[in-house]
Amino acid sequence: MLSDGRVKFLAAKKRRRVLIRVSQISILILTLVLWEGLARAGVIDSFIMSQPARILRTILNWQNNNLPLHIGVTFFETIIGFTLGALLGIFIAFVLWWSDVLAKIADPYLVVLNALPKIALGPVIIIWVGAGMQAVIVMALAISLIVTVMEMLNGFKNADPEFVKMAKTFGASRLQIFTKVIFPFNLSTLFNCLKINIGLSLVGVIAGEFLVSRAGLGYLIVYGGQVFQMDLVMTSVIILAVLAALLYRAVALLETAVMRAVRHR
Amino acid sequence: MREILRFDEVSLTYQADNGEVDALRDINFSVNEGELVSIIGPSGCGKTTLLSLVAGLVAPSRGKIFVCGREVSGVLREVGYMLQKDSLLDWRSIFGNVMLGLEIRGLKENAQYVEHLLKSYGLWGFRDKHPSQLSGGMRQRAALIRTLAVKPDILLLDEAFSALDYQTRLVVADDVFNILRREKKSAVIVTHDIAEGISMADRIIVLSKRPGRVSMDFPLKFETGDSRTLPPLRRRDDPLFRQYFNDIRLELGINVI
Repeated sequence: MLSDGRVKFLAAKKRRRVLIRVSQISILILTLVLWEGLARAGVIDSFIMSQPARILRTILNWQNNNLPLHIGVTFFETIIGFTLGALLGIFIAFVLWWSDVLAKIADPYLVVLNALPKIALGPVIIIWVGAGMQAVIVMALAISLIVTVMEMLNGFKNADPEFVKMAKTFGASRLQIFTKVIFPFNLSTLFNCLKINIGLSLVGVIAGEFLVSRAGLGYLIVYGGQVFQMDLVMTSVIILAVLAALLYRAVALLETAVMRAVRHR
Repeated sequence: MREILRFDEVSLTYQADNGEVDALRDINFSVNEGELVSIIGPSGCGKTTLLSLVAGLVAPSRGKIFVCGREVSGVLREVGYMLQKDSLLDWRSIFGNVMLGLEIRGLKENAQYVEHLLKSYGLWGFRDKHPSQLSGGMRQRAALIRTLAVKPDILLLDEAFSALDYQTRLVVADDVFNILRREKKSAVIVTHDIAEGISMADRIIVLSKRPGRVSMDFPLKFETGDSRTLPPLRRRDDPLFRQYFNDIRLELGINVI
């Protein structure tokens, strides 16, 4: 039996939760309704601004405008760039953790490379690896790589020294210290990093597709802009937003699964 | 009686950024099989450094250290080390934690011994739990079992209870004492707590301020029982306890102001 105070407290808490959720959904609906209404009333030019109904029509027309192909290409490039960036980033961080001297030497270069807008390297990347999907993937990789190296190296170095000492007293090798203590200690750092990277990879892919590509959502946006098909541009942007959210969600789910698997050993 | 540990004219000087530090000077002492020795000294006198030497984590500048007749050069499997914090890895279960040393040393065949230890000391039912689900005392016990699992001949306890609150600390000291006795282990117990040092050992070594030297080395004898069997909490009631306490206190130069 709950006390009156408790009942009131729980009710207030629930009201708050409902209020937040209802407001979130209302904003979305209101925006769509307002957009559609203003376009129909002729207040805004749907040729420039597009309109929800036209976007919906573009989506439903997916067989003719090849949407699945473009989504697939962007998805594929993002996943490959993201995975390579993460793997390479962790590996480089591992090497720099292993050798403190190397880390010290690399430090100023990492700082500069981190501050440098990687998109500026676009033309260079295209010339080096060739115009095509590979350039887009390298772009996605480049944009997430340095952040991963810095974040992971920082995490590796800041693992609890008591844990490290404990492993050393058992005669652990450096590799054992890494696999048994340092890396598992940094799993949450890794996933925080991956959650940021998935968004960054998408930025790299879209920027890459703007520069060179014959397919992908980035291509579609540029193409739509050039032929003044705002419906296509808006549709691509909205699909991109959904894709970004789904990818983020996938990383979060992966995190839950990995954390659970590790804890149940 | 077999000699488990011997310090032979050991000195340690290390290089710090702001100069040379004389940490330990001319240390001589030995520990026999089954003996519990407390090392008491002011903070910064090199107590932890002394244990690091035995553990093979640091090499002496002069002199030699022998464990079971072998000169220490690197980490020896005869030595088990318990740190200030229990250092249980929170992503591993209790079982995974106590198996860590065996995993590192590739001694999976000791798993049965681990099972025996967990069962004898009341942690078997908690083997699938995670460290955060255990009390401070139980965590310390798990850390002890992790150290015992590799079957060391000598244990090094470095302020092993200092992270616990005072009440828990008294209980855990009793607990660890009993386990060490039952498993017939030798141990070097480093502490800054005079009472804790007296309550756990057969012998006391007092280190001076830096550079640490052995300023006292004497066996403990009690009126109400033998040091081998008299448990820590009961010792505190022994008439000689206060006398030992004051002797050490004066040696350390702690006076009433």
